[in-house]
Amino acid sequence: MRSFLALLKSNRQFASGVVLLALVAGFACLSFFSPYPPNDSFVVPPDLPPSPEYWFGTTSRGQELFWLLTFAIRNTLVFGIVVAVLSRLLALLIGLVAGYAGGWVDRLLMSINDTFIVIPLFPILVLFYFVLKDHMSWGLLALMMAFLGWSYDARLIRSVALSLRHREFTETGIFSGMSTRQILVEEHLPYVLPIVFSTTMNNINWSIGLEVTLSVLGFTDINTPTIGVMIYWANQHTALVAGIWWWIFFPVLLVVMTFIGLFLLAVSMNEYIDPRSRLGRSER
Amino acid sequence: MSVLAVEGLRAWYRTSALGVSRDVRAVDGISFTVEADEIYGLAGESSSGKTTLIKTIAAATQPPLEVVAGTITFTFPGGAIEMQRADRRTLASIRWRHLSYIMQGSMSVLNPVRRIRHAFVDFAFRHIGEPKPRFFETVRAHLARLRLEPDVLDAYPHQLSGGMRQRVTIALATVCRPEFIIADEPTTALDVVVQKDVLAMIREIQRELGSSILFVTHDMAVHANLADRLGIMYGGRLVEEGRTADLFRSPRHPYTAHLIASLPRVGDTTPKAGLSGAPPNLADPPAGCRFHPRCPRASDICRREVPPLEPLAPGHRVACFHPEPA
Amino acid sequence: MSALLELDHVSRFYGGGLFAGRRVLAVNDVSLRLEAGRPEIFTVVGESGSGKTTLARMILNMVPASAGTIRFLGTDLATIHSGAARRAFMRKVQPIFQNPFEAFNPMKRVDRYLFATARRMADVATDVAVAEAADSALKSVGLSLAEVRGRFPHQLSGGQLQRVAIARALISKPALLVADEPVSMIDASLRASIVNLLRELRDRNGLTIIYITHDLATAYYVSDRIIVMRHGSVVESGNARTVLDNPKHPYSQLLKSSVLSPEVPTGVSHA
Repeated sequence: MRSFLALLKSNRQFASGVVLLALVAGFACLSFFSPYPPNDSFVVPPDLPPSPEYWFGTTSRGQELFWLLTFAIRNTLVFGIVVAVLSRLLALLIGLVAGYAGGWVDRLLMSINDTFIVIPLFPILVLFYFVLKDHMSWGLLALMMAFLGWSYDARLIRSVALSLRHREFTETGIFSGMSTRQILVEEHLPYVLPIVFSTTMNNINWSIGLEVTLSVLGFTDINTPTIGVMIYWANQHTALVAGIWWWIFFPVLLVVMTFIGLFLLAVSMNEYIDPRSRLGRSER
Repeated sequence: MSVLAVEGLRAWYRTSALGVSRDVRAVDGISFTVEADEIYGLAGESSSGKTTLIKTIAAATQPPLEVVAGTITFTFPGGAIEMQRADRRTLASIRWRHLSYIMQGSMSVLNPVRRIRHAFVDFAFRHIGEPKPRFFETVRAHLARLRLEPDVLDAYPHQLSGGMRQRVTIALATVCRPEFIIADEPTTALDVVVQKDVLAMIREIQRELGSSILFVTHDMAVHANLADRLGIMYGGRLVEEGRTADLFRSPRHPYTAHLIASLPRVGDTTPKAGLSGAPPNLADPPAGCRFHPRCPRASDICRREVPPLEPLAPGHRVACFHPEPA
Repeated sequence: MSALLELDHVSRFYGGGLFAGRRVLAVNDVSLRLEAGRPEIFTVVGESGSGKTTLARMILNMVPASAGTIRFLGTDLATIHSGAARRAFMRKVQPIFQNPFEAFNPMKRVDRYLFATARRMADVATDVAVAEAADSALKSVGLSLAEVRGRFPHQLSGGQLQRVAIARALISKPALLVADEPVSMIDASLRASIVNLLRELRDRNGLTIIYITHDLATAYYVSDRIIVMRHGSVVESGNARTVLDNPKHPYSQLLKSSVLSPEVPTGVSHA
């Protein structure tokens, strides 16, 4: 906590990232106070520009953009976090086990891993949409992307775990009778967590970006409001041609803020807890 | 004449994080001189401050390490240079030409992806000031002096054995015939058989060039075989200094006495006693003499006052209120 | 007399598979026998690359032998597969590593290793009994739990840490300690006390200790028997004092002549 405050003070990148994300997250929290449920339409007059009464204007479907957007960004953020957390768990499990076990276990896991690295993601996800059609839901998409997004990290974690395996303290753990699980979780995990923290940010960005892309093209469940789905509906109503610019502008603004915020966090944290310097520090 | 004079040197690691400042007094009031044409051995264990001392002498201090007080003066044929005041250009012009280094890991000097010849060009070419063909003749002659084949110039560092690499770094450090060489644990990573060779080589080249060497190692047996004079560091201070033979024959500081008495020897099975306690924490050193918590001869005054480093015999200085009898 | 540890023509090589290129012989045809009920310090000396560390790792069952058999109290190490069998073996054979700062995870408190060993290797169940087991092991190396509890590795000196490492190894009441260069990273003023501790463990606890080192001087001081290794093979073996006082093999002679004597050569000056 103290180091968090110190970081906030000393690192401008980190501070601006935190501020941006706090704004976005705060906005998402407002959804709990929304006067309308997210999927109701024609609750307000359509196509009104931003005004003191409707801050962000209203859509052609008679929704108030401000409140709709709080739901959309909330769903988008939760989506990103769910994908990141699930894929991180997979990456940790596979990376740590492969690095620790070595031998054929390592070779098997890493060949699976490399297969996932070279699989083209986008066509696969589109294919899934055409197979599942109406069964495609927000949760299912999150699961699928988590399942496809762990491989880069697993390789990174495995390389750190491999070097930890040959450190003497791992042997001390073995000869102290610790179980493999105990050694992985209690001895090795603290060394890879910093890497995982910083890649989590990147992974949230990646999954949000992919979700927006798929949604804009209509390859997802278009009944759950997300940033991508909002842009999809705006396009369906040819908002830009009709001059309803605010319907596109505010979602894009919010998602750009999220991107930049996460990116700044990832960059500054990477500097702060570079795994090499962390490993190097403990070498003394 | 002294080539190096260190006067009242204090070099501390000063950090202040979140309003809490912390000083680690790694070098705390050290004065000594190194004369022309001698090997001055510096002994001390971990946290004795010997690494900090040579970093400071080489003007390689980086924050948080700070020189708090004292001076370091080199006297070279071109004149005296005070290291703390010297600007970058002056330092660059004396490095390798007048003042050079032999490190523990040869890989920190030799670039692993470039041939050895490039290292010689990078370090020595501009100092020697001869055209390339003549320069390489000089280098080859110098390598021959160290019993190295001229072929090593075209080798990559990883193609050489550890002993060969260390000899190459010695050649690099001596090719410009510097007046002063700092050697930091140059043989610690080597096997015993190779170590003996390399030490002999350092001694030989030193005699030939008449340079001064500040030789740092924790290994007392190396000092016994190499150093002309010896300084013993403990807890950031010099506790004893004298000619190596005198120090080994009659150590006066209890710490030195213990170090020498506890050295194992082949052919000797008399019980050796260990020293109780641990080296001092330099962030919070004990008051008075820093050795007193572990000292069998400690008395009240040792806990209150810092013993000055004073001559007990000609050329033999000891910082102790109750020195061992001669 | 039954054997505590028996190595029968043991070799270890790396590589040499279909794709692995040239075969490297790390340990070549080593045989030795340590008796049960006759505690001793058995020293393996050699330079880097002599195979002494590989030999230690094979005895600790950390790497398998490529050829030959290693038997500990009659059990062939190659037959130890199950977790229970491995644990039973580790109770009896414990390691001490070279670098005490590396032997404990720098991000963890050192006492956790003592407690884990007591719980899992010495079948101690209650917290109180675990603390007692750790304390009595620490007492036998001249420390106490009060000095160690809650400390991180960087808060202890190298000598203290190496004592903790030895204490940890003692908790499961082993019969054999394998110490790989246990004093080479320890400060000179603390080294003698660690070496003395090894002697004490032999005499007081009846432990047999395999002491791996490159340092002939401490080897002479502590060892009962010695083998000299070079390029993976044993070149000379026997009573430590006899071998070191009067080495027969040219390599042992070279090693001995390379040891720097801590006597200052006579003659007033070096010059």
